[in-house]
Amino acid sequence: MDNNNLIQLEHVSRIYQMGDSEVRALKGISCAIKHGDLLAVMGPSGSGKSTLMNIIGCLDKPSDGKYYLEGQEISTFNKNELARTRNRNIGFVFQNFNLLSRTTALENTELPLLYSDVPSKKSREMAMKALDMVGLKGRELHKTNQISGGEMQRVAIARALVNNPSLILADEPTGNLDTKTGLEIMEIFTSLHKERGITIILVTHDPEVAEIAHRRVYLRDGEIEREERN
Amino acid sequence: MNITKTAKISLMALNRNKMRSFLTALGIIIGVGAVIAMVSIGQGAKAEVEQRFTEMGTNLLFVRPGSMSFRGRSGGGGSYTTLKDSDAKAILENCDAVQYVSANVSTRAQIVFGNKNWNSSINGVGDKYPQIRNWDVEYGVFFDENQVRTGQKVCVLGSEVTENLFEGADPIGQIIRLNKIPFRVLGILEEKGEAGGFGSRDDMIAVPYTTAKSRLLNIDYIQSIDVSAVSAERTNEATAQIEEILRLRHKIAPGAEDDFNVRNMADIAEGASEATQILTILLGGIASISLLVGGIGIMNIMLVSVTERIREIGIRMSVGAREKDILLQFLTEAVVLSVLGGVLGICLGLGSSSLISKFAGMKTLVSIGSIALAFFFAGSVGVFFGFYPARKASKLDPIEALRYE
Repeated sequence: MDNNNLIQLEHVSRIYQMGDSEVRALKGISCAIKHGDLLAVMGPSGSGKSTLMNIIGCLDKPSDGKYYLEGQEISTFNKNELARTRNRNIGFVFQNFNLLSRTTALENTELPLLYSDVPSKKSREMAMKALDMVGLKGRELHKTNQISGGEMQRVAIARALVNNPSLILADEPTGNLDTKTGLEIMEIFTSLHKERGITIILVTHDPEVAEIAHRRVYLRDGEIEREERN
Repeated sequence: MNITKTAKISLMALNRNKMRSFLTALGIIIGVGAVIAMVSIGQGAKAEVEQRFTEMGTNLLFVRPGSMSFRGRSGGGGSYTTLKDSDAKAILENCDAVQYVSANVSTRAQIVFGNKNWNSSINGVGDKYPQIRNWDVEYGVFFDENQVRTGQKVCVLGSEVTENLFEGADPIGQIIRLNKIPFRVLGILEEKGEAGGFGSRDDMIAVPYTTAKSRLLNIDYIQSIDVSAVSAERTNEATAQIEEILRLRHKIAPGAEDDFNVRNMADIAEGASEATQILTILLGGIASISLLVGGIGIMNIMLVSVTERIREIGIRMSVGAREKDILLQFLTEAVVLSVLGGVLGICLGLGSSSLISKFAGMKTLVSIGSIALAFFFAGSVGVFFGFYPARKASKLDPIEALRYE
């Protein structure tokens, strides 16, 4: 395998057992993603986008094939190792934000650090810095039920950033936002990519959102249909 | 991940839902409170009984006719005629560990003074009765040795009898009739109050036992002998001496059973406090059931809360929480709730036991032991009933948990 690649997928497939029948969500996908890539994964619903995301995000393991992240073979990891990898190397941004309710922006941002070895005092500093990066300076103590959707997604991005991950996975990050707010969020992603060189994978079916990516991978029926670069 | 962080995570989670946290802990609060309050009632009763017995004197010994060893029961006091006044005298003269002796007989009699009638128990006792029983004469005098020896018709009244017959008038020197026989009142005994369920001890009249024997009962034996040892430490020695002299006097062959028994106050007090101990265990047991129910309440709410918080668990897992972290978080939440509930319950228990003693007039005694036990039990309830929900939470699949609505 090539050590320049952040992610390397080799014939990755995922089969779900639904009662008696098997559902093949991914059918032997091979793909490499370099450090510093800004990639969009596109495709209609049911194409296997989410399954691929779950595998890349270390939430799930491939039924067959190999997955390397930063040279480590993730497909052999156990649950604890997967959790550790999620904690250290991956930041998630979800369509529905997935923030803890009735909890401050700061506490939400700090959450991944609570499960790491970072000492309390330092984790607070890091969370403040991450919130500053997404433009929420001064709103740290607002609770999640007191802020707008756009702000919630910024908190989610700050949380994804806080542990300096090598990869941010964003699953339909603008799906629940109006166009204007969506664009603002996309700008944050672009600037994070440009200024900090973070590898970002966007999962979307919105071509406008995918526009900012340098590379677009189209999935259909669990297979890579085509790829575009610009 | 260290303890501080687990604690921080759990406290944050509890703080997010204060109402639910409080309701969860309520079962434990009430359970622990009930255990402490109930046990304090039992312990209070026990202490009261012990105190009553101590008041009577720890160096007190009772000699009764009849064998004690008959299946551990003592025969009815009045049915034996083997004890005589000469036994009492012999004990006083021959046992150097014995300080005072009082021969006793008792009966009930109808008392008449003027147009007043009263029925009360009559204790025929010796002149050292006040010293033996730690019971002073409040007003007037007790009958002396001479009056006992000659069988004078004199008496000393308990405070309740005095109130009922004289209603504030000065009874000293007055003549009252016991079963139509006139007795002169010499004095009044100080008030002793209720005897822990045995009725008032002040509803009695003391007369010389000689008089009671010949005039009221018409018998030539005595029913028991009250003995006080020289000191509490020498009660066992006194018991041995009394047994020796009585066996000799009653001509009991070596190896044969005594026809009397000597019991000391400590034995009797022990029996009585055993009874109240059972009361404590009973009350504590009932209260423990409410603690158990409280524990099940915690489990119930934690289980519901796991379902309600599936999304939260998914979020935590997605940012890197391991199974162990989730397990510890939920377990810590349960333990924190039950320990906090335990602390509040202790306050509730202390509060209610002092209210009980204030308004219900019952003596209550809160022991450190019962507090520690209730607290420890509350903590274990948390671990025990928190474990299943916590484990359930930790076994969730992160993908499904994140998708859960």
